[in-house]
Amino acid sequence: MSEPRIVAFLCHWCSYTGADLAGTARIKYAPNVHIVRIMCSGRIEPQFLLKAFREGADGVLVCGCHPGDCHYHEGNYKCLRRFLMLQQMLGAYGIEQGRLRLEWVSASEGDRFAKLADEFTEQIRALGPLGGRAAFVEGTPQGGTSWAS
Amino acid sequence: MTKPSGHRIGVYVCHCGVNISSVVNVTEVAAQAAKEDDVVLTKDYKFMCSAPGQDLIRADIAEHKLDRVVVAACSPRMHDDTFRGACAKAGLNPYFSHMVNIREQDSWVTKDKALATQKASALVRAAVRRVRRHEPLYSKEVDVQPGVLVIGGGIAGIQAALTIADGGQHVWLVEKEPTIGGHMARFDKTFPTLDCSACILTPKMNAVGSHPNITLLTSSEVKDVSGYIGNFKAVIETRARYVDHDVCNGCGLCMEKCPKKVPSEFDEGLVQRKAIYIPFPQAVPNKPVIDRDACTFFQNGKCKACEKICGPQAIRWDDKPRMTEVQVGSVVVATGFEMYRGPALAELGYGKYPEVYHALEFERLNNASGPTEGKIAMRDGRTPQSVAIVHCVGSRDKKYKPYCSRVCCMYSLKFAHLIKEKTGAEVWEFYIDVRSPGKAYEEFYDRIREEGTHLIRGKVGQVTDAALTDDERGKLIVVAEDTLAQQRLRVPVDMVILSPGLASAPKSLAVAQLLKCSTDKDGFLIEKHPKLAPIETATDGVFLAGCCQGPKDIPDTVAQAQAAASMSLQLVGKGKVLIEGRTAWADSELCSGCRICNSLCPYGAITFDEAKKVSVVNEVLCKGCGTCAAACPSGAAQARHFKDDQIFTEIEGVLAP
Repeated sequence: MSEPRIVAFLCHWCSYTGADLAGTARIKYAPNVHIVRIMCSGRIEPQFLLKAFREGADGVLVCGCHPGDCHYHEGNYKCLRRFLMLQQMLGAYGIEQGRLRLEWVSASEGDRFAKLADEFTEQIRALGPLGGRAAFVEGTPQGGTSWAS
Repeated sequence: MTKPSGHRIGVYVCHCGVNISSVVNVTEVAAQAAKEDDVVLTKDYKFMCSAPGQDLIRADIAEHKLDRVVVAACSPRMHDDTFRGACAKAGLNPYFSHMVNIREQDSWVTKDKALATQKASALVRAAVRRVRRHEPLYSKEVDVQPGVLVIGGGIAGIQAALTIADGGQHVWLVEKEPTIGGHMARFDKTFPTLDCSACILTPKMNAVGSHPNITLLTSSEVKDVSGYIGNFKAVIETRARYVDHDVCNGCGLCMEKCPKKVPSEFDEGLVQRKAIYIPFPQAVPNKPVIDRDACTFFQNGKCKACEKICGPQAIRWDDKPRMTEVQVGSVVVATGFEMYRGPALAELGYGKYPEVYHALEFERLNNASGPTEGKIAMRDGRTPQSVAIVHCVGSRDKKYKPYCSRVCCMYSLKFAHLIKEKTGAEVWEFYIDVRSPGKAYEEFYDRIREEGTHLIRGKVGQVTDAALTDDERGKLIVVAEDTLAQQRLRVPVDMVILSPGLASAPKSLAVAQLLKCSTDKDGFLIEKHPKLAPIETATDGVFLAGCCQGPKDIPDTVAQAQAAASMSLQLVGKGKVLIEGRTAWADSELCSGCRICNSLCPYGAITFDEAKKVSVVNEVLCKGCGTCAAACPSGAAQARHFKDDQIFTEIEGVLAP
């Protein structure tokens, strides 16, 4: 059995700190989630997310500060605008919208991040493997199949 | 897939004692890393952050000509600077190092050891590929403005302001109320020494009022903060007072003549104040303000009794809010707390039975300058013969505030002493646990027990006036379980005092948002590190003092205020600060001049060069969020240290088979 592979882009100030807090509190969560730190969710380019899918991610999570809490004032709003646009486009690449998720996680929400990581992993497990690179090269979506490898 | 690039990368995997190595197979992670192109050296070591650990990196850079360093250890939030420093000491640009978080985000959160090791290897692989793309970055030295903004005029803000001002820097002290003093000004005695709160506070308040280095702005709130460490600009709004404090001599005749009375906030509504008022006799500044919402003239256009009596003609009906703009090098947040006033009080009869008081009401009732001049009396004037004090009202309660507020046990014990001293009444204290961790606190607890206060371990379930026996008639009956004696109790008393915990002040949240500091789930501001940076915040140059960071007693508050003050003095006194080189820049060769980035930048750091028709980043104003880089259609705007190719290679590394 292969496991769902998930890349999570976390802003440094709130969400990455929240993920650290999950660790400090020793809250266990799915090891499928690999965190890539960025300074602000406003740094998120649609290409980052597509790149992750292309390289074999089955799911991509983006986390930023709650609205109003952004360390850089409003980067999270800018992230949200791009995110909504990209979500609309995902279908054209043969990627289910459920494979991409945006959540606000504050620096104090360690438990919430852990829950989110577990929940999202299960969400992706239910969707099945994406097929990653193959799907992009061939242009044929391969979602929805089983996890057997 | 990577190709050898000629770089010489060293990979270090930290055991962190056993914090990492008990879950992650560190030798396996090092062995996997060794298979990556350009990795010339891998080591695992017990404590990479220790001096020998750092020396290891330094020596290897020299001996093995390493030009890139990857350290897999704890969070970069913890030790990025440590390993950058180690590289810098060996002559390597500090940004040629990269940290991999295999503790907080792997060994501490993963049950399965094999999966944790696999995850660590993937993260290290990503870092190895990323670090190859790192570019040298250089910190910039910028000037620090003199002066400090202190927000909040309770004991924390007062102490911070005095320490900074005595250190020779100018302080702007902003307080939302018409006077400084905060909660401490409302207490009668302080535990465990029982010295008079006003006697130790008012000299400090007066010192603030007269200090040449302090500009005191009362009735004021900070409305906007911009800038960065060393160079903050704050806009402060001072509400209209309708009294010109430069002209007023504080004689108080206006307050005598004013015909309108409203409940006094300072006295918790136990007495009335006038519409033109000074909150309490020792207020600083000791000059009145007009409460527009209460004033008869503002309500129906008639009265002006105060104006008629005012000798110096200080009343200004056309007073307007004033805006003050200040430039400072650092900010101290001292916005304090609010007593918990939620539904847990009503559950115990507060608001229903007049003889149920909360702690702040009792503080005023017991205060020599309070409504009864310090006589502990019931609303009908009788002296209570028996009093129940209920600890942890809304505290240590998952329904309301889960945390312990640290001061309620001690102030409740103080109440018991004062009640017994002044009235001789029987006193019952109902507690969950008595927490007395502080100098001479446990001894104070012993003293209260010896004085004959009944200490009952058990939460109170109900306060009622439904009497079952003649003894209970006309009394308030406290229904509780004595968990030590394992029996239900019904204690009839004349007066009940509820001891709620400390909650965050709603205004703190607004201040936190202005300063881009985070708050925790209970609304308290989050410090940079709970152990090692309890004064600093995620925003450089912003420091915390007092209960805005979490419940604490007066000695701890004063100590933290002095610490915040010395942090500010350190910064402002030095006059220079290094700013990270991790900023954005725009490649003029690639820029098409579309100006999309200009309007997106939250700091106005990007301007348009009309002559060259390209956008230019002011690197002093830029804070490196990377929003411009994400939006640039031509790839001209780039976020240093988080460039597209750096993030792309990190993604490739994480997901490589």
